[in-house]
Amino acid sequence: MTSRRQTLGQIFLIPAILAVVTLGGLVFALVEDGVWDALSWVALSAPIVLYVGCIARGRRPRTSL
Amino acid sequence: MSASIKSLRRWSWIHKWSSLICTLFMLMLCITGLPLIFHEEIDELLHEQMEAASVPPGTPKANLDQAIANAIANVPEKVPHFLVWDRHEPDVLLASIGTSLDSDPTKNRFVRLDAHTGAFLDAPDVTGRFTYIMLKLHTDMFAGLPGKLFLGLMGILFCVAIVSGVVVYSPSMRKLRFGTYRGSRPRIVRWLDVHNLVGITTVLWVFVVGFTGVLNTWADLVIKIWQFGQLAEMTSQYRDRPAPVRLSSLQSAVDVAMKAIPDMEPAFVAFPGTIFSSKNHYGVFMRGNTPLTSRLLKPALVDAETGVLTDSRSMPWYVSTLLISQPLHFGDYGGMPLKIIWTILDILTIVILVTGLYLWMKRSRSLAVLSNAELTAASSVKPVLSR
Repeated sequence: MTSRRQTLGQIFLIPAILAVVTLGGLVFALVEDGVWDALSWVALSAPIVLYVGCIARGRRPRTSL
Repeated sequence: MSASIKSLRRWSWIHKWSSLICTLFMLMLCITGLPLIFHEEIDELLHEQMEAASVPPGTPKANLDQAIANAIANVPEKVPHFLVWDRHEPDVLLASIGTSLDSDPTKNRFVRLDAHTGAFLDAPDVTGRFTYIMLKLHTDMFAGLPGKLFLGLMGILFCVAIVSGVVVYSPSMRKLRFGTYRGSRPRIVRWLDVHNLVGITTVLWVFVVGFTGVLNTWADLVIKIWQFGQLAEMTSQYRDRPAPVRLSSLQSAVDVAMKAIPDMEPAFVAFPGTIFSSKNHYGVFMRGNTPLTSRLLKPALVDAETGVLTDSRSMPWYVSTLLISQPLHFGDYGGMPLKIIWTILDILTIVILVTGLYLWMKRSRSLAVLSNAELTAASSVKPVLSR
């Protein structure tokens, strides 16, 4: 938990980056096969990886904070 | 300040009701959509089918007139409606055959033909198949066009729920870092964190798949508009002519189209008198060869009496939009890894729906307007059964 209230910019910074990455992932695979497909797989995995990472971090017994 | 609270209340109300109304249908769509991502693999696994002869690359293709004749000779239906080059099975041609030109094309028999020999392979009845049942549930719940449009409406509500969800995300995250998951707190807090986290990380994908799904529910209408618009325009000089008594060669019609549009390949042929053509034309629909352009179609209309090309135009924007929206909904344009990603994101969407439903059932008040402190207080009065 943060001590101060966050601004809208702080709240939406990571979601906005993720949205751009996801959009890239959706478009890349449409452009060409091969490398572009691979780029798309990486980009579209980002939200999944981030989700799993956050849950894993939150599950750990509290050591800090 | 009070104005912003008022506006927040309004957004929370929108989020609650748009979600609640569509949730059960969205759950059904997510669940039936899962196997549909892999419908080809599932069909291959569950159903025996004749394989086309394996031939060295560069083997010439079969004569299409012969192929269609072979199809008709092997099934009770006698009137070909469409001939399709399946992008997923380049060695196979699919002929869609009806009992008459007026018969309902969705009840047509699909005949698989060897693309190189033209030989009849099989004409399976797909209507009992698992994937067919999933597809029908997913597209119209066995209720035809009204069912389709109803699901489209649910999809629009889902899109509203997504947008309002983003709006109410910010107040609930004022004091929390991105990605906070309070794993040692009661379930209601944990599921709220999961709902927020999955919702915001997958929001763009969920929105794109949801919205393209809505667009697909309008496909029948889009085709009708095209039929009475561009197609009618392209064939206007034929309006008063009788249908040809004898059809010219299908193969030469396709050859003429391929010669006129050399950088594209045939996607399907609409026979004269079907919804994608006039009664006097073969509609030869060409597609490009990149993942994007292979979804876009360009019809070449070939006079079915003289075999002469009469017109060819790119599809209007509203048809192209529909065609581009399809791969973005199906996830079938980036190989098996993309399908697996689609599956995981679909499951995460189910997580959003289930956690959202749970949170609503646990508290009648909207969570979004509830400050974090209130939530903490509320959950601490209840007996806490955290893991």
